[in-house]
Amino acid sequence: MEWDTGAAAWMLTSASLVLLMTPGLAFFYGGMVRGKSVLNMMMMSFGAIGVVGVIYVLWGWSMSYGSSVAGIFGNPFDQFGLSGTLFDEAGDPVVGLGNYPQVIDVAFQVTFAIITVALISGALADRTKFGTWLAFVAVWVTVGYFPMAHMVWGGGQLSGAEGSIAAAMFGTTDGVANTSPIDFAGGTVVHINAGVAALVLALIVGKRKGFGTEAMRPHNLPFVMLGAALLWFGWFGFNAGSAFGADENAGMAWVNTTTCTAAAMLAWLLTEKFRDGHATSLGAASGIVAGLVAITPAAGALRPVTSIILGVVAGVLCALAVGLKYKFGYDDSLDVVGVHLVGGLVGTVMIGFLAADTGLFFGGGANQLVIQIVIALVAIVFSGLVTLVIGLILKATLGWRVSQDVEVGGIDLAVHGETAYENLGGARVVSEVK
Amino acid sequence: MTKLVTAVIQPHRLDDVKSALEAAGVRGLTVSEASGYGRQKGHTEVYRGAEYTVDLVPKVRIDVLVADEDVAGVTEVVVQAAQTGKIGDGKVWVVPVEDVARVRTGEHGDDAL
Repeated sequence: MEWDTGAAAWMLTSASLVLLMTPGLAFFYGGMVRGKSVLNMMMMSFGAIGVVGVIYVLWGWSMSYGSSVAGIFGNPFDQFGLSGTLFDEAGDPVVGLGNYPQVIDVAFQVTFAIITVALISGALADRTKFGTWLAFVAVWVTVGYFPMAHMVWGGGQLSGAEGSIAAAMFGTTDGVANTSPIDFAGGTVVHINAGVAALVLALIVGKRKGFGTEAMRPHNLPFVMLGAALLWFGWFGFNAGSAFGADENAGMAWVNTTTCTAAAMLAWLLTEKFRDGHATSLGAASGIVAGLVAITPAAGALRPVTSIILGVVAGVLCALAVGLKYKFGYDDSLDVVGVHLVGGLVGTVMIGFLAADTGLFFGGGANQLVIQIVIALVAIVFSGLVTLVIGLILKATLGWRVSQDVEVGGIDLAVHGETAYENLGGARVVSEVK
Repeated sequence: MTKLVTAVIQPHRLDDVKSALEAAGVRGLTVSEASGYGRQKGHTEVYRGAEYTVDLVPKVRIDVLVADEDVAGVTEVVVQAAQTGKIGDGKVWVVPVEDVARVRTGEHGDDAL
């Protein structure tokens, strides 16, 4: 067997890039919270790497790409512990999505599962028990993320395979739906999924003490910009890697990822300038992430010029959406809903208008638009229900909140026994160094 | 008798005030970072569309111990040097001090200045 070593090299690089996104997210989120809880915020991302990194090879891959149960999730026991995933019966490596060994696909996919759960932590800043968070990560990735990955990418209900919703709506030709939903790199699986989960958890866990009345300004904006830069860099693996090859599709995704993101940043800054009077660094970092989120499902379906349109729409809508939490009174602390849910919806739905061949604006009729809306709605309902059940069970058992004095005094010191900065513990005298 | 002259001024005027006091013969002073507001009030900052009012703005506080007869001169020097004419320039006030001791020698009163 002659492997496509170029594709293999690119996919391994992409997997590494996507893994870097989660520490990048830790900086992005960490800079946005107050100095007394930055370590806890960053630890939620690192904790997700630990928990999901282990779970994925046990039953994560199998539940995503193993034999399907009703098109909703893969059988966890089918390829438990990657049995049968890596080598065939003759002992040769199983071929992956591209002409490279499938173990590389495992590497690539585990990084997606990690970042998706980590994204949710932005809704839980300053106030969440670390143990409860780790338990949530384990349960939610299992019943929230893996099934969604299976439905969209594993030939399940939200794909274009035989037996899917799209196949039922539009009929099939040679086993493929006549109009297949497009989710190139995870608009539904990653961003709508995490965004809805964040909204539900923000409601279950409740507001931080002082939300809406006290100043909770970001303690380190350079961290936020560093995080945005790392996320952008990692996102090239996320999107261009989702071409599963080193080809023109990957190149297109790379360029779209840059143009959409650049446009979204400018659009966010303009929105701020008109509304608040200043173009801010936090706005630039936020616009970058909004653009990256929006192009995620669309990176392969758009062309660079149309990706600019998507970026502008995403930048403006997300900049407006982050204010909703004050209007409706839910403490989605770091705007997972405003950026990831809204950005994910914008990208997923606008594919229906802007897709190069099948979009409404490009002579493709309305079918693509309809199926994009359908998969977005199914993703919202699925993620909402799953997270509601998990969130309420954890509330009744482990409990979500640290005590109020811990929240006010600083979760870093109470939960992790550390402070990020020397002057945070008040005036302390170290009486004994052991 | 001794007086304590305290000035709360704009941070960027500190260097000028310090040199002016040195030129006027003041041999020691204490400077601390302070925050507060007067008629200037605070300012607003906007993060992701959420507006925060920052009530307290950074100030510098200077404390100088002076002999009775120098009080008027020192106060005037500080006012002159700290003045920009804009709201937020600060305040200078004077309070009587019962006693002063120099730690190194144990001297008291004006001898300790």
